[in-house]
Amino acid sequence: MIIAERKPVQELLAMVATFKNILMVGCKGCVTVCNAGGKKEVAILSAALRLARRNQGNPLTVDEMTLDRQCEPEFITWLEEPLNKNHYEAVISLACSVGPQYIAQTFTDLPVFPGLNTGFMGGTARHGIWEEYCAGCGHCGVHHFGGLCPVTRCAKNLSNGPCGGSEEGMCEVNKDQPCIWEKIYVRMQTLGTLDLLKTVRGAKDWSVSLSGGPRKIIREDLTV
Amino acid sequence: MIAETRLQQTLSKGQFAVTCELTPPRGIDTGGLLAIADQLKGRVDAVNVNDNPNANVRLSSLVFSRLLLDRGLEPVFEQAMRDRNRLALQSDLLGAAALGIQNVLCLSGDHPAKGDHPQGHKVFDLDSSQWIEAVKRIRDEGVLLNGKKISGRPKFFIGGVANPFMKNQDLHLIRLQNKIAAGADFIQTQPVFDIEGFGHWMTKAEEAGVADRTPIIAGVAALKSLRMAEYLRERVTGFHIPEEILTRLKSKPEAEQSSEGLHICLEQIKALQQIKGVKGVHILSIGNEEKLPEIIERAGFLPRLV
Repeated sequence: MIIAERKPVQELLAMVATFKNILMVGCKGCVTVCNAGGKKEVAILSAALRLARRNQGNPLTVDEMTLDRQCEPEFITWLEEPLNKNHYEAVISLACSVGPQYIAQTFTDLPVFPGLNTGFMGGTARHGIWEEYCAGCGHCGVHHFGGLCPVTRCAKNLSNGPCGGSEEGMCEVNKDQPCIWEKIYVRMQTLGTLDLLKTVRGAKDWSVSLSGGPRKIIREDLTV
Repeated sequence: MIAETRLQQTLSKGQFAVTCELTPPRGIDTGGLLAIADQLKGRVDAVNVNDNPNANVRLSSLVFSRLLLDRGLEPVFEQAMRDRNRLALQSDLLGAAALGIQNVLCLSGDHPAKGDHPQGHKVFDLDSSQWIEAVKRIRDEGVLLNGKKISGRPKFFIGGVANPFMKNQDLHLIRLQNKIAAGADFIQTQPVFDIEGFGHWMTKAEEAGVADRTPIIAGVAALKSLRMAEYLRERVTGFHIPEEILTRLKSKPEAEQSSEGLHICLEQIKALQQIKGVKGVHILSIGNEEKLPEIIERAGFLPRLV
């Protein structure tokens, strides 16, 4: 899933400082699972904004709504009715950054603000801790590395073994992060496929990654 | 064709190679460093010019390599994968050949997070093994990474690096073997302060058939002070400094620590010369460039003939 985290309340207050009446929109997709932008987080964050503004003597109306998904235009259109009815001056989207962008594209004269910082594609290590596993490079090759991804999980994207910077098996960049190459090594040793590591893997094709520009996947069979 | 550089000739004749390192300045005042370079002329086989070392901005490695060449020194042009994509790497490499620079050292480079511009975007388009392979193809087949032919046939002597002091030596030896399979003609290591540990690694490297195929030049460095040793140990990637070295520096008053550091360095050079498979030493500067001529002289490396 996409892992995101809430922006600091102060940053959000600054974004909406000139408004009196806004809508905060959550998302029931990934950001609900990673406790960043679901119904519960919308309730907590909107209450925090209301309280802060009341204490400033400049009250702010923050209505709450949570869509099934903000990454589908169909669900975004559900905002139309409440927007027309309540004349919100702006929207804070508590989705990954697809959400605010879809809202911006759909409601062309409505100011929209991101309530989250979108982090990465990853999973839940344990409750309250999420880790990055995929960089969306566009050509998955984890099977060459015992099923683990050095493109994402090695800070230097190395394909032919670890750098000389790790210490005691921990990453040069972050001493709390085990070097992924250690894990690849152990896994391939277990599988008896270490020999695969002993062939030089050629230069990666980054043209299918974000490096080649924003990407689009088209399934002809579904587009009819 | 392999470039017949002085470094290549020294190694191929089985003579003990001596290289050292100069770190270009943060700025454009090259005078002081070039004055040290003048003192190194004829005393070393080649001088490495590092490429934004520790991810800190320095004057271009390519440019400083040419400045050395102009003064009669043979440079080893270092290229880190951190800052340049395959277009820039190839373009710089061709530029180096056009400037008469033929020794190239290919390395990943420290991560930007470790340096003076931690907000900068990392590149790492290629890894060092892939770049070694690409340089070899440019040299041996006259084609770029995309297979397109280049004009002329540049010659290079291609180097890679190794850190002998990793916890999982078997894993790191696989990486070294890949660099050699990719086409590395020589290997320079991180500085050795732990002779025994290095000896173990060398034995493993020999067993893996690495040392037979490609000459290994062991890194050394003269520590300036206890404070510096502690800093390098704690903060700088690749410095494995055992406790006993710190104890030796600690036992001396501050004013004598620099000469003790130099002593240790000379002892280590002697010890390394006795280790089977070590084909030379590479003296890193670690902010102690002015000591390089003295180290070379006192280590008994003079006169140097090729």
